[in-house]
Amino acid sequence: MTHDDTLLRRLAADFAASRLALAGLALLAAIAAAAILAPWLAPQNPYDLAELDLAASRLPPGARSADGTTFWLGTDGQGRDMLSAILYGLRISIGVGVAATLLALAIGAAVGLVAAWAGGRTESVVMRVVDLQLSFPAILIALVLLAVLGPGVGKIVFALVAAQWAYYARTVRGAALAERRKEYVDAAVVLALPRARILFGHLLPNVLPPLVVVATVQVANAIALEATLSFLGLGLPVTEPSLGLLIANGYAYLLSGKYWISFFPGVALATTIVAVNLVGDRLRDALNPRLAQ
Amino acid sequence: MTAPLLELRAVSMRFARPLDTAARIARALGANVGEAAVHALDGVSLAVAQGEVVGLVGESGCGKSTLARIAVGLHAPSAGERLWKGRPTASLRGDAALRARLAAQMIFQDPLASLNPRMRVAELVGEAPVVHGLVQRAGRRGYVAELLERVGLDASVARRYPHQLSGGQRARVGIARALAVRPELLVCDEAVAALDVSVQAQVLNLFAALRRDLGLAYLFISHDLGVVRYLADRVAVMYLGRIVESAPAEALFAAPRHPYTRALLAEMPRLEVRRKRFAAVRGEIPSPLAPPPGCHFHPRCPHAMPRCRMQRPELAEVAPGRFAACFLDVTAEPQ
Ligand SMILES: Nc1ncnc2c1ncn2[C@@H]1O[C@H](COP(=O)(O)OP(=O)(O)OP(=O)(O)O)[C@@H](O)[C@H]1O
Ligand code: SF4
Ligand SMILES: [Mg+2]
Repeated sequence: MTHDDTLLRRLAADFAASRLALAGLALLAAIAAAAILAPWLAPQNPYDLAELDLAASRLPPGARSADGTTFWLGTDGQGRDMLSAILYGLRISIGVGVAATLLALAIGAAVGLVAAWAGGRTESVVMRVVDLQLSFPAILIALVLLAVLGPGVGKIVFALVAAQWAYYARTVRGAALAERRKEYVDAAVVLALPRARILFGHLLPNVLPPLVVVATVQVANAIALEATLSFLGLGLPVTEPSLGLLIANGYAYLLSGKYWISFFPGVALATTIVAVNLVGDRLRDALNPRLAQ
Repeated sequence: MTAPLLELRAVSMRFARPLDTAARIARALGANVGEAAVHALDGVSLAVAQGEVVGLVGESGCGKSTLARIAVGLHAPSAGERLWKGRPTASLRGDAALRARLAAQMIFQDPLASLNPRMRVAELVGEAPVVHGLVQRAGRRGYVAELLERVGLDASVARRYPHQLSGGQRARVGIARALAVRPELLVCDEAVAALDVSVQAQVLNLFAALRRDLGLAYLFISHDLGVVRYLADRVAVMYLGRIVESAPAEALFAAPRHPYTRALLAEMPRLEVRRKRFAAVRGEIPSPLAPPPGCHFHPRCPHAMPRCRMQRPELAEVAPGRFAACFLDVTAEPQ
């Protein structure tokens, strides 16, 4: 039995104590599987314009196409099967959310650690910048960046990272300041270990738990942010719609009774975000020693 | 005469206390409020020769840990000099600086807190020697096993995490980790205070064995006079950031010169020597923020004279190898 075993086991037990969180985890697993397997699950490739039939546009859920396939969730304005579009859209939304979160985490963690270690002027300058950035809404920062950069998957990931790294920097600095006072850090210094090794090999693993919690919740935020930006027409190209763009495409038809074009992507988006949040909240409780019974 | 292994010359350490809000407002209004400073060490000189065990005793808060941290180079003193084998360490560069750093290692008070909870013993002990090229990566396993054996642990401990070990095992891992970089001096700051009495005795025996086998020198800091008496060749007594007496251990315990040392020894019960913590000298320990003028000990000293309130007695040789800072010793002259 190792330390990680016991920690993980305790975590797992704490986590499983909440039915809701387990349901969230199951839901999240199903959604992630659907997103990953989209090319095999989807009846149609929604990005392949040759497969789209304009004559079949805006068909209601359950309608049949000319060649006899059923559009279970209807079609959009370009005759895209909504079920396929949602599966592919999930793929993009989750992919962008996770990629942006991981990158922001890596950058924010490095900045936070270095600030905590350096102290003095470096630390106050870095933390001023972080506080300044956190005083602006993340969406504003992303909006401005995308307006300048234009659409593209890489660009939206960049915008999301720029909007979110500061959260991680603040979290990691706080945790690292607390860890830095512990004697094992002094021991590493007396052993003349290189600074980078102490920071990333000794301190980082000990500040990871709070970071994981922030990151989980931030994945949901990143997905919501990306959807908002795509809805506003900034972010992803129209030919590769994410969930936000799908919702935007159907928006014009909502009031004419063709609800499904916006509604089903909206449900998929909301379910994903709720599932991530359920898992993230429970993880935070399980990792918080003050709440653990 | 060869230079001592470690020498501290007139080392002082001040810690600035940030001003509280009231003081800051007062200052903004033009009041002359200086930043309060704790004078944790005030002109301390101390040397440890090759293979020598120097004990350091004193009440809580008198600056022992601060001195330990300066001795291993964790703090740079605010004044004074640290010399390693006669050379100021501040002037050492490159390889010489690294070797001097590695040669003085620290054994911490809390064995658990001083071990990274996310590392296995193999890595805790084996990391630094590999990083510094003392052993090849491939030889790490054998090297760690050898060190564990030296400190009385089974090689299988290498796979464990600190929380899976007993208090005594953790203490031994901390010692093995220090030994891994082949030090010449171990600075032990209350190294056995956190251990059970029976385990304390075993770890003290280990220190004694390491000294015998490896010729290690020690700066051994403890509240516990019994522990110090068992190990030390020479003992230095600290009071509020100053060394007030220093003498060969036997002589000091047989015939203490300084009134403070006498009070300490009088408090040491004859039988249960080991367990005694001495916070019990008559009177309060003054605040290190505002130490009394002159001899810091005068408010508690039964022999205090008028000049003790005004002048600081310097540490002076009162007998061959014996030093004391007290006006009762005629040889002590004011600064
Ligand atoms: N990093 C620091 N910042 C501010 N003050 C400090 C710092 N470290 C120590 N001090 C102060 O310096 C004085 C000496 O502290 P030190 O820890 O060296 O005493 P000690 O003799 O080791 O005490 P103990 O026996 O309780 O361990 C104390 O008044 C303490 O409050
Ligand atoms: S100098 Fe004076 S006050 Fe200080 S210990 Fe000696 S006699 Fe006592
Ligand atoms: Mg101490």
